[in-house]
Amino acid sequence: MIEFIKQPWHWAVAGVMIGLTVPTLLLMGNKIFGISSSLRHLCAACFPANIEYFRYNWKKEIWNLFFVVGVLLGGIIASQYLSNPNEFIIDENTVKDLKALGVTDFSAMMPSDIFSVENIFTIKGLIFFVIGGLMVGFGTRYAGGCTSGHAIMGLSNLQLPSLIATISFMVGGFAMTHIIMPYIFKLF
Amino acid sequence: MIKTKIDNTSTEEFVCEAPNNQVKNESFASNFKYLIVGIIFGIVFVKAEIISWFRIQEMFRLQSFHMYGVIGTAVVVGLISVQLIKRFNIKTLAGEMVSIPDKTFDKGQIYGGLIFGLGWAITGACPGPLFAQIGSDFLAIIITLASAIAGTWLYGAFQNKFPK
Repeated sequence: MIEFIKQPWHWAVAGVMIGLTVPTLLLMGNKIFGISSSLRHLCAACFPANIEYFRYNWKKEIWNLFFVVGVLLGGIIASQYLSNPNEFIIDENTVKDLKALGVTDFSAMMPSDIFSVENIFTIKGLIFFVIGGLMVGFGTRYAGGCTSGHAIMGLSNLQLPSLIATISFMVGGFAMTHIIMPYIFKLF
Repeated sequence: MIKTKIDNTSTEEFVCEAPNNQVKNESFASNFKYLIVGIIFGIVFVKAEIISWFRIQEMFRLQSFHMYGVIGTAVVVGLISVQLIKRFNIKTLAGEMVSIPDKTFDKGQIYGGLIFGLGWAITGACPGPLFAQIGSDFLAIIITLASAIAGTWLYGAFQNKFPK
């Protein structure tokens, strides 16, 4: 059984489980699925700075912080006890494209060329961690949600604004990957 | 300005996009069930390799169906679930009506969405996977998460300056 779980999971399994999170949270306690809101609650709890956007009763939304702490713990459990013993497989065309950009490590889920602690104080760290992170946090709040709140929860409830947001996420991602990223990799 | 009033006058009003709509107060301990749901969610993120920067690159390069399969299936399952809850008026554990607020359109969904998309392709993560990546021992992502919190704060501090 444990060997079976250790294999990489099929997209349909993951999709069903993520989709079921929507009714689970609704029926557990009328909670609307959305993860980026946790970042706002963290600001409201830790650095409200008397900013009106952060002046609300974040304690009422504390379930969301329990949820993301759970996601972190789930990451620990899965990588410590359920990790895939076999080779990590990436589509060969993606490998070819990324090799052309200068990525050399394809052995793990994140390339160590970029996502290593040693890179924190380098240009790579500045772009991939600091600027990338700023855009994720700023953009999701400006858009009023992320992949969970808009693409999954919003589309599940047939919300047109969520469809517009999801299309915008994808357009941004395609633009970065195909237009901007080649220039970024030329910096290294 | 109307929004200001709502935020200040009552904590019962809708303040965030992923709200707690339960009327009945919950004990602190009752929050642990959301921790459990989060743990399962985090395991799925890692085991289906959704936390992988490579899977996000495959998606934006249209070289793998994996992420489209995950998100597409999740939407279909979520959609059917929500429709069933509405059709059969299924109540929450506390016996309340399920209430899902409608989202209202503003241009933030386009501008903010584009900015998030740019960041998604660089970091290989939306906010959820950031937490699971850190849990998976990619400790550099602590910087990404701290930056995402800073980005959220910057939005909050200057939200009136951005076109909506």
